[in-house]
Amino acid sequence: MTIAAPQINEDELRRSLRQMSPRRGEAIMRAILVVAASVSILTTVGIVLSIVIPSIEFFSEVPVWDFLTGTVWTPLFANGEFGVLPLVSGTLMITAIATVVAIPLGLGAAIYLSEYASMRVRKVLKPTLEVLAGIPTVVFGFFALEFLTRVVLVRFFPSIDIFNALSAGLIMGIMIIPTVASLSEDAMSAVPSGLRDGSYALGASKRQTATDVVIPAALSGIVAAFVLGISRAIGETMIVTIAAGLEPRLSFNPLEGMQTMTSYIAAAGAGDLATGSMEYKSIFAVALLLFIITFAMNMISIRLVRRYRQVYQ
Amino acid sequence: MSMQTRPDSDFNPADLGQQSNRAWDRVFMWLLFISLAIGIITLVVLLVYVVTKGWPRLDLGLITNMPSIRNPEQSGVQSALMGSIWVIGFTAIIALPIGILAAIYLEEFSKQGGRFQRLVEVNIQNLAAVPSIVYGILGLAVFARALALGQSVITASLTLALLILPVIIISTREALRAVPRNIRDGSLALGATEWQTAYRQTLPAATPGIATGVILSLSRAIGEAAPLLLLGAVTFVTFNPDGMLSGYTTLPIQIFNWTKEPREEFQVLAAAAIVLLLVILLAMNFVAIWIRNRTQRRW
Repeated sequence: MTIAAPQINEDELRRSLRQMSPRRGEAIMRAILVVAASVSILTTVGIVLSIVIPSIEFFSEVPVWDFLTGTVWTPLFANGEFGVLPLVSGTLMITAIATVVAIPLGLGAAIYLSEYASMRVRKVLKPTLEVLAGIPTVVFGFFALEFLTRVVLVRFFPSIDIFNALSAGLIMGIMIIPTVASLSEDAMSAVPSGLRDGSYALGASKRQTATDVVIPAALSGIVAAFVLGISRAIGETMIVTIAAGLEPRLSFNPLEGMQTMTSYIAAAGAGDLATGSMEYKSIFAVALLLFIITFAMNMISIRLVRRYRQVYQ
Repeated sequence: MSMQTRPDSDFNPADLGQQSNRAWDRVFMWLLFISLAIGIITLVVLLVYVVTKGWPRLDLGLITNMPSIRNPEQSGVQSALMGSIWVIGFTAIIALPIGILAAIYLEEFSKQGGRFQRLVEVNIQNLAAVPSIVYGILGLAVFARALALGQSVITASLTLALLILPVIIISTREALRAVPRNIRDGSLALGATEWQTAYRQTLPAATPGIATGVILSLSRAIGEAAPLLLLGAVTFVTFNPDGMLSGYTTLPIQIFNWTKEPREEFQVLAAAAIVLLLVILLAMNFVAIWIRNRTQRRW
């Protein structure tokens, strides 16, 4: 392009707009802001270091392979065994029960709120459901033990342990319904209404539109909601500590008590442990495993959410 | 970018409008409604249960008396309530400035979509989903032991502050984003610097939204128990904290301790303390909603 523009020297223009005095205050404030934003990164670094360093000491005494495949967890004994499988199986059992509750109910609630409910109904029901997410977990634990186990479950299963995986799993499932529902609903709301209109125009019913058009279109967001919900179940501590008991047990009977990775950390960490002891270090080894599992799941979930955002926004 | 997911191809227009389909449509809708209702019914049952169970101990003594192991009838939550107030007070003092400044940086200063911003963003999203007990580990290793702050109020506050920081940053960013661009442009055009614009224009305009997010995140911290289990709150405490380095217990931890007691009176006491905790949380939520509704501005 060769338009003869008035001769403005870019450089000169820029110089004239340049500040007259150095803005020191501005630079200082900017530095303070960067530091504040870096705190979150320092937190992650702090978490990783505070878990990994004692874990390295732990794994110098207990081989990683024995830790991961051992079936006996007796850290309190003189010659304690550190096989983490009983804690992992307890975690998986309770998480599985919670998932069976939360995924269908959470997804169902999300479809209802996003596709069926009128604006007025939605305005009331959605915040009500979200109140569930604000109930402290210690309250859910109390409810699982005192009401669900002692009042309800003993009638159906007379042989049930007072501390059992079933009640903890069921209540944990209820607790994560809002997580699953609100993220799934976000994903479904992001589906352009043109897709729905097209489906209706072809004569599809509301149900067909929901199950055959909206859900497939929002799938990555919905899966992200499931993954995040499961990750929350794995990391939840108070419900299992209160309602599922503190006995590490490699069992697949949900009517028995079980210890999870989180409730082991809570129970062992609550005592006043000597810093160098194996029991103290074992907390960090279990925490490392827990952190790796939940970190991987969170990353998957973050990726999936980004994918549906890219498609529709 | 092209669509990655497509409607199933087994969609057959010949199925449409049949009577059996209509019936199934209705069943389907009811199933959806029931799945929503189950969560809400559980919530209602929980609330009714704790209120009826705690009813005999919902008296003034609950607040004014100290916890006691010998006689639950005379036992109260004073030290736990005061402990919660101390811990949350310091948590707010620590987390608010850091969270709000970090959000201002991410929203107003950093290069949008830049590398540092993306790193911090993913990091915050991940931290928001790290199990709370892991923060307890961090507090135990760094604040309690490495910095030798011990099992004190300030250890608990620092830990909880880091725990709620992601929530504060995310909600503050949303509030800042809702302030229209032309307010910033106007301020900059008048010769204000970036910080002056952020501090004198954007921040005040976003304050109601920020306040709502902050209150909700603090209410999360009040109910949090897991990390504090590792930070010494479990000890039997019958005194109110008198400083940053004082021993302490909190309401959720006191409730947890009572759930472990075999005697039924302690379960009644736990239920009463739960009602108190829920009332506090409810009050905070109402304040948050009130601020939001009262000061909601349409730009």
